[in-house]
Amino acid sequence: MAVDIESRTPVEDAEGRTVEELVVNIGPSHPSTHGVCRIIAHIDGEIVTRAEPVIGYLHRGIEKMCENRTYLQIVPLTDRLDYVGSMYANWAYCRAVERLASIRVPERAEYIRVITCELQRIASHMMAIGSSGADTGAFTMFVWAFDVRERVVELFEELCGARLTYSYVRPGGVARDLPDGWTDACRAVVDRLPAKIEEMDRLFFGNTIARGRLKGVGVLSADDAVAWGASGPTARGSGVDWDLRRDDPYSVYPRFDFDIPLGDAGDAYDRGRCRLWEAVESCRIITQALDQIEPGPVHAEGFPRLLAPRQGDAYDRIESARGTLGVFVASDGSTRPYRVKFRSPAFCNLALIGRLAPGHTISDLVVILGSLDPVFGEVDR
Amino acid sequence: MNIEELREHLCSRYPLLCPLFSSEFGDGTLTVEPDDLHRAAGDMKELGFSRLDVVTALDRGETFELVYRLESAEIRTGLSLRCSVPRDQPRISSLFDLWPAADWQEREVYDLFGIEFEGHPDLRRILLPDDWVGHLLRKDYVDDRVVKRPDYI
Repeated sequence: MAVDIESRTPVEDAEGRTVEELVVNIGPSHPSTHGVCRIIAHIDGEIVTRAEPVIGYLHRGIEKMCENRTYLQIVPLTDRLDYVGSMYANWAYCRAVERLASIRVPERAEYIRVITCELQRIASHMMAIGSSGADTGAFTMFVWAFDVRERVVELFEELCGARLTYSYVRPGGVARDLPDGWTDACRAVVDRLPAKIEEMDRLFFGNTIARGRLKGVGVLSADDAVAWGASGPTARGSGVDWDLRRDDPYSVYPRFDFDIPLGDAGDAYDRGRCRLWEAVESCRIITQALDQIEPGPVHAEGFPRLLAPRQGDAYDRIESARGTLGVFVASDGSTRPYRVKFRSPAFCNLALIGRLAPGHTISDLVVILGSLDPVFGEVDR
Repeated sequence: MNIEELREHLCSRYPLLCPLFSSEFGDGTLTVEPDDLHRAAGDMKELGFSRLDVVTALDRGETFELVYRLESAEIRTGLSLRCSVPRDQPRISSLFDLWPAADWQEREVYDLFGIEFEGHPDLRRILLPDDWVGHLLRKDYVDDRVVKRPDYI
């Protein structure tokens, strides 16, 4: 966590005089860092020569806390990882536990999981795009995106009572069945969304100012994205055609027809636009899932009150809004896990910032950070 | 390629590694000696595992078990490389030169388990402050400030 703020390299200014680099501390608590992230930026004039993220300000030791709780008590902790996409961490954790304990999940529960997680993807991407708008001065985009997000969050509120920390996906299924009339409300939201998103695309990504601010900023090559472990829209913006929903299908995803939006330039513009169009694809998946879902149980039968999986370990991952979210659970045969590890996509994507920022201005640094869409609950765990 | 095909492929190319391969809970697992880790990882990268998905460790008492999960767009099945390092001398060669993704992930394991990665360009704590005493995820880590959780169950 410590950083070197003393070492200043001498640089030459426009008139040939030798001057020192300026070291600017951004954060840890700053509106443009999207959470508690500190960035030490070495600048020459206005150009960043080196940027080093300092993380850990939100480290709560969740992986350690997991070792002291029973398997079901961990579900609320997973909510607190990625707090704008709690459903994903719930689901990834449950999948790892189900794999370890060989639990079969009823089909209706799988459909509900897909529907809620695709809604979550819309909500999470709207947060990312909205705050990208706010970063670049397009405040209208922020308000529009949060309006869409609000519709989704209202659906979640009706579903489980919570707006952020759902704990809805549980090992063995989901907490409760869909309330009466929920599918109609969901369909109404999802039907209206694609038109709205197209309008947002024109409003923001078609806007000259936004294009000027986002295009060519923070260019990530496809090879770098793979080598540095980037995933999700961050990698797909660079043209890396890799989405676990299609390439390593889990749950009932093989039954749906959907496309994976890809970028080619790998800049902040393509990453943002990938997110926006992924929301449209999510609408397609939700519509198909609502058509296919059938009545039935939503929780595995004969599920023990106290889970004690056999000795061993299991890893499972899902495609979250930020990328590959993996959970590694090791059991020693007792009622508490021996070790739980969360492979956080935000953590892996954020590691790129030191590579992407040099050569850009400070105001572009903010755009690059926003385009990686980090959520610090998940980065720091 | 599924797990069985991966096993056959591995056995034909690297007969020495073959007896070390097992598969349980979905992923293929390859357990190697710490000295062989870097070479085995290099071979796996050559085989097509272009991504380093996750690096983590487990405290197994006398030893620390390191888990490296590799994946690939072509092979489409995961492979975990595992090795154990002794607790009194927790050192292992870094995989940073093969996959730069190891940068922060190895720093995290160093921070939370105290395992040193030789050849890592910038091995510092990442989540906890530099002056933190001890390594959080070791089973023998004690902190007086932690409130003991009552044993309800």
